[in-house]
Amino acid sequence: MGSYVPTTEKERREMLSEIGFQNINDLFSHIPDEVKVKDGLQIPEGMSELEVRRKIQKIAGKNKVFSQVYRGAGAYRHFIPAIVKSVISKENLLTAYTPYQAEISQGILQSIFEYQTMICDLTGMDVSNACVYDGAEAAAESVAMCRERKRAKAFVSAAVPPYVMEAIKTYVFGNEMELEIIPEKDGITDIAYLQEHIDKTTACVYIQQPNYYGNLEDASALETVIHEAGAKYIMGVNPTALGVMKTPGEYGADVAVGEGQPLGLPLAFGGPYIGFMASVDSMMRKLPGRIVGQTSDSNGKTGYVLTLQAREQHIRREKASSNICSNEALCALAVGTYLSAMGREGFREVAVQCSSKAHYLAAELEKIGYELQNKTEFFHEFVTNSKAPVLKVMEALEAHGILGGLPLAGDREGQILWCATEMNSKSEIDEMIQILKEV
Amino acid sequence: MLVFEKSKEGRGFSSLPACDVPEVLPKEEYRRGLELHLPEISENDLSRHYTELAKKSYGVNDGFYPLGSCTMKYNPKINEDMAGLPQFTEIHPLQPESTIQGCLEVIQKAEEYLCEITGMNRMTMQPAAGAHGEFTGLLLIKAYHESRGDHKRTKIIVPDSAHGTNPASATMAGYSVVSVPSMEDGCVDLEKLRAVVGEDTAGLMLTNPNTVGLFDKNILEITDIIHECGGVNYYDGANLNAVMGIVRPGDMGFDVIHLNLHKTFSTPHGGGGPGSGPVGCKEFLAEFLPSVLVEGTEKLTLKKPEHSIGEVKSFYGNFLVVVRALTYLMTLGKEGIPEASQNAVLNANYMMNKLKDIYPMAYDEVCMHEFVMSMEELKKGTGVSALDIAKGLVDNGIHPPTMYFPLIVHEALMVEPTETESKETMDKAIKVFRKIYNFAITAPDSLHQAPVTTPVTRLDEVEAARNPVLRYQF
Repeated sequence: MGSYVPTTEKERREMLSEIGFQNINDLFSHIPDEVKVKDGLQIPEGMSELEVRRKIQKIAGKNKVFSQVYRGAGAYRHFIPAIVKSVISKENLLTAYTPYQAEISQGILQSIFEYQTMICDLTGMDVSNACVYDGAEAAAESVAMCRERKRAKAFVSAAVPPYVMEAIKTYVFGNEMELEIIPEKDGITDIAYLQEHIDKTTACVYIQQPNYYGNLEDASALETVIHEAGAKYIMGVNPTALGVMKTPGEYGADVAVGEGQPLGLPLAFGGPYIGFMASVDSMMRKLPGRIVGQTSDSNGKTGYVLTLQAREQHIRREKASSNICSNEALCALAVGTYLSAMGREGFREVAVQCSSKAHYLAAELEKIGYELQNKTEFFHEFVTNSKAPVLKVMEALEAHGILGGLPLAGDREGQILWCATEMNSKSEIDEMIQILKEV
Repeated sequence: MLVFEKSKEGRGFSSLPACDVPEVLPKEEYRRGLELHLPEISENDLSRHYTELAKKSYGVNDGFYPLGSCTMKYNPKINEDMAGLPQFTEIHPLQPESTIQGCLEVIQKAEEYLCEITGMNRMTMQPAAGAHGEFTGLLLIKAYHESRGDHKRTKIIVPDSAHGTNPASATMAGYSVVSVPSMEDGCVDLEKLRAVVGEDTAGLMLTNPNTVGLFDKNILEITDIIHECGGVNYYDGANLNAVMGIVRPGDMGFDVIHLNLHKTFSTPHGGGGPGSGPVGCKEFLAEFLPSVLVEGTEKLTLKKPEHSIGEVKSFYGNFLVVVRALTYLMTLGKEGIPEASQNAVLNANYMMNKLKDIYPMAYDEVCMHEFVMSMEELKKGTGVSALDIAKGLVDNGIHPPTMYFPLIVHEALMVEPTETESKETMDKAIKVFRKIYNFAITAPDSLHQAPVTTPVTRLDEVEAARNPVLRYQF
């Protein structure tokens, strides 16, 4: 069996006798017998490191890694510079707790302060928190933070990703806000419907730009409708797109949230990812989770601390703005490293390449009869029909180590949601098109 | 110096090949007009930047970290290796089932181990942290009562010694919170509990051992009281490291629990996360679990529970954290898991006994994996507070215990050594604790000034909150 307990049997006896006990079980004698485990746990015996390594590697080997990926839908394959792994593996950062003890946590606090700055820069918003769990949870938290005494209804576009919609629904089941879904029309949010139904009880409207189908919403027209009704405007965004695309700040959003995974985190079967949240200044004190602020020490030297803690659960208990305690700090460190490594030009280049490759892919697909289903502008995702039964298409691609676009369901049965990033080369795209031609 | 202040126009390092297709962007009206200010920095300078930040941080790898309630045990390196396998990191969450059999096996195995350790029937890995698990667990309770048409249950009972997340989670789940005072010994007051339960009780949230480090001996009566009035018992797994293989929440009458894989099961805290907060439950609640569960033996499949509450986040949880925890579980196994708890409790009692002649213990009896000291008398006598003692420890290379928690003990310091610390480490820490106590008597001013060996001295938190500077201004 493996063990990380350093205490030897001899030491154990010494320690026990020093504190007046004979046997380790004596320390548990006050626990009622009727609840104690009688015959030990029914789990396998422990293993040496080498055995565990072999077993886990064998399990991992049952997964299939695709050499080409054209699937996004909430999780995106991007290039991650080597320095990201190097930084997040630094043990002082990796093995530290939440930076409550500021004097010995300046490194972590500063990295979060830098992350907050970068999120504000990407989104065009005033303030960012230190992150939440992921994009879907950030969306759900953002809806909750917009609630006001006389405004408890949230509108959510039907064109947001299913996980985002589901997370919002679950949180609303908890906090008992009212939820109304704005239907989708021609691949984007039906603004006329919203205009007709939004009212004085509306707390907020959540839309996503680009939306689940990759289409670009008329985010300016939405802003007018939402703010005329006095509601808050929440925009979910893909952070990669913000390298070139108009920011939530420019659109006049009150809150911007999103899934930070594209910024230096691997696909990793869905997690850990990171949810970013930013807002206008006036909503700063409604943001959930940790926030790092700059201050000075007793000698006047600049330093960083967790701040605005009067919002948080350990102070406010049942009146807190959220229950969040642990977040995804190490992922925020990865995001900060990624954005610094790509840099101003490099990050813009990622966005340009994503858009360019996606448009190339869309054009090539159209040539072989996979037609775009919507006529709106898009960034790096789009929906086509399928020339052959979708399952057959996917199987043919899989046989070549290619993960095709995501087969859609429901009303969009038979359609495919494609994604291209800087990882897809022209020659690979051409190769896939050849395979598709033969299905 | 911030990374932005190290940026120089035109610097940077290129990592992408030139674009091999024509450049196409969405129309002008969709493009950003705001300038981007991301750093322009060489790889060498960036790497040194983070090395410098790492030097200004303190992890378990740096030294003793007896942070009560946080279980800062050693984070084994094999766990990191396994979580870094490309066959895990390169898997898209929406791949076909036949291509993710390895991931599903990880989740299934982790569920089997953790259900056996906790006495639960099913478990979801979707919640990303302990508080997220609490919220999820409470929604199971809510869905259960609603499924039976029982809409009058609007209250969750929480002892006053509970973590702040408990009441905050209850509010998010739409419940009002009833706080029950603890008895002098820190345990639940059965009379007071009986007085507040009724047909409006949805459930009780409790951790056992409790937040003062004591095992509540009346646990079966407590959970019975709740069951008898039709409520559901929720177990906060924050303190599970004390009792693995010794007693199981499921056998104590708990119906739903959350775990903190980043505490009890050795995955690193990462400076605040990512964690993982699996939620386990008894059979009668399993139909409400969020996300999907892994089913099958040979060919594994994903299945959504019949009356699932939905999703609490995207996909299947913090999967790579689950890989780390499974590696740990497989390493320790049947004998190692209880051994870890036994030694965690031994270490806490050892330290408590070596300190209690000078530091007043809030509860002078056998503790579990942690113990609480009160600096109230010390503060009255010398002006030295729990905070001052904590900062004194910092100057001596020890991460302070948890301060000012639980709220029911004044000037509290909560010490949790964990099982992965050696006798030498603890003996050294005991000496430091005693030395600092003497300072408090002989030179209290020196502790008010502490720490003095750190990159910064005490920071002005009031100013930070009063005039928030939350980002660098370009």
